Amino acid sequence: MFWNNFSYDPDKMQRYLDIAQSSLLPLLEGAVVYTLPLTLITFVLGLTLAILTALARISTIKPLQWIARFYVSAIRGTPLLVQLFILFYGLGSVGIVIDPFPAAVIGFSLNVGAYASEVIRAAILSIPKGQWEAAQMIGMSYSQTLRRVILPQATRVSIPPLSNTFIGLVKDTSLASAILVTEMFRRAQEIAAFNYEVLLLYTEVAILYWIICFLLSLVQGRLERRFDRYVSR
Amino acid sequence: MISINGLHKQFGNLEVLKGIDLQINKGQVITVIGPSGSGKTTLLRCMNILEVPTSGSITIDGQTTDFSNTVHKKEIDLFRRKSAMVFQHYNLFPHMTVLQNVMEGPMIVKKISKVEARKKAEQLLNKVGLGDKFDFYPHQLSGGQQQRVGIARALALEPKVMLFDEPTSALDPELVGEVLQVMKDLAGEGITMVVVTHEMRFAKDVADEIIFMDQGKIIERSKPIDMFTHPKEERTKQFLNLLQ
Repeated sequence: MFWNNFSYDPDKMQRYLDIAQSSLLPLLEGAVVYTLPLTLITFVLGLTLAILTALARISTIKPLQWIARFYVSAIRGTPLLVQLFILFYGLGSVGIVIDPFPAAVIGFSLNVGAYASEVIRAAILSIPKGQWEAAQMIGMSYSQTLRRVILPQATRVSIPPLSNTFIGLVKDTSLASAILVTEMFRRAQEIAAFNYEVLLLYTEVAILYWIICFLLSLVQGRLERRFDRYVSR
Repeated sequence: MISINGLHKQFGNLEVLKGIDLQINKGQVITVIGPSGSGKTTLLRCMNILEVPTSGSITIDGQTTDFSNTVHKKEIDLFRRKSAMVFQHYNLFPHMTVLQNVMEGPMIVKKISKVEARKKAEQLLNKVGLGDKFDFYPHQLSGGQQQRVGIARALALEPKVMLFDEPTSALDPELVGEVLQVMKDLAGEGITMVVVTHEMRFAKDVADEIIFMDQGKIIERSKPIDMFTHPKEERTKQFLNLLQ
């Protein structure tokens, strides 16, 4: 009977515990060496790209708007996994060889840039027109107005949606396993391929992702409180 | 001090200013009244180029800007420094303290040192009666206090002309007085002021002259007593009657 498989077996339980324990270090190593750096580098690059794209979208220069629209449309309209395959396997096949990690950085940055640009654009547009006018009145240039008046306020508005993007990114980095980056999920796959404890390994790695994301949502809460000091509640 | 000649402003098909000619002397306090949609706010905004006029010219303190041709950005920057605006909804920077709000213009735009800008901001805030609110954020202040910060921020730019765009109409009635008092004090110091307002008390007591605008034109200009006791134009009469 198949439920015999679920009967309690002390030896089997011990084996599970041993595997869970011995795999923890390699999994964490994958997180610290690849998952977290990939997430952080990508987020910084992606956010920079996103700000530039958002500014291009709201600029009055038509060609800039077109380029930004095309970029956002292309990235949002195609699967992330397919984008990564094009960057790594596709370009590799025509002689443009990019190593797995940089390929992942490029792919994820382009992705974050496109999605976050919409968040930032909405945040900028949510700042009342009177703020632009007051800045103009005291004699600020366009870039001074952005830097000192608009973006600081837009930052507050965009913390919750950008935190979503960031947490989503942490989990998306698992896709880098498909282009040979030995991040946390690929480590799990490799260990599972060796001892066949598939359910155990994938559950373990899921819990690790969850813990990372939980810690990040705590950071989000702190950031929100910090930026809320100048608005009334 | 101010000379406006043949000023037109068009938004799409809508002509908001239909040829404004206006001379204002140094030290004069001019109040602009009129029904909503008469173009009085647009006229004020044109003086600070928050709205770019379609044609005509404005001279402030000897600098003439002719809007019939495209105006260079540098020229706009220089011209804008001649005046400073106080907004109906204050438009303070919410992420900066009261002191930072007032220091921002002198420091960032005029490149005055931080120490000096701070000293001046403190002086101005004392002057508008907010000496104890330096480190407050705007949302911690009442509307009247916020508007007084707005006045201090404008004064910090050392403009030749102060422009007020309905400075008390967003305020609760009991807070109007404190703002008007500050404006009265300024008028006493000989600062040239153009005030768009619905506050007839202020127009009566403080203004040297009142301008009545309707449908994009200046209908009548006279001393407060004349305007309120025997207005020359029929439309002025109708408007003033509505206010009674």
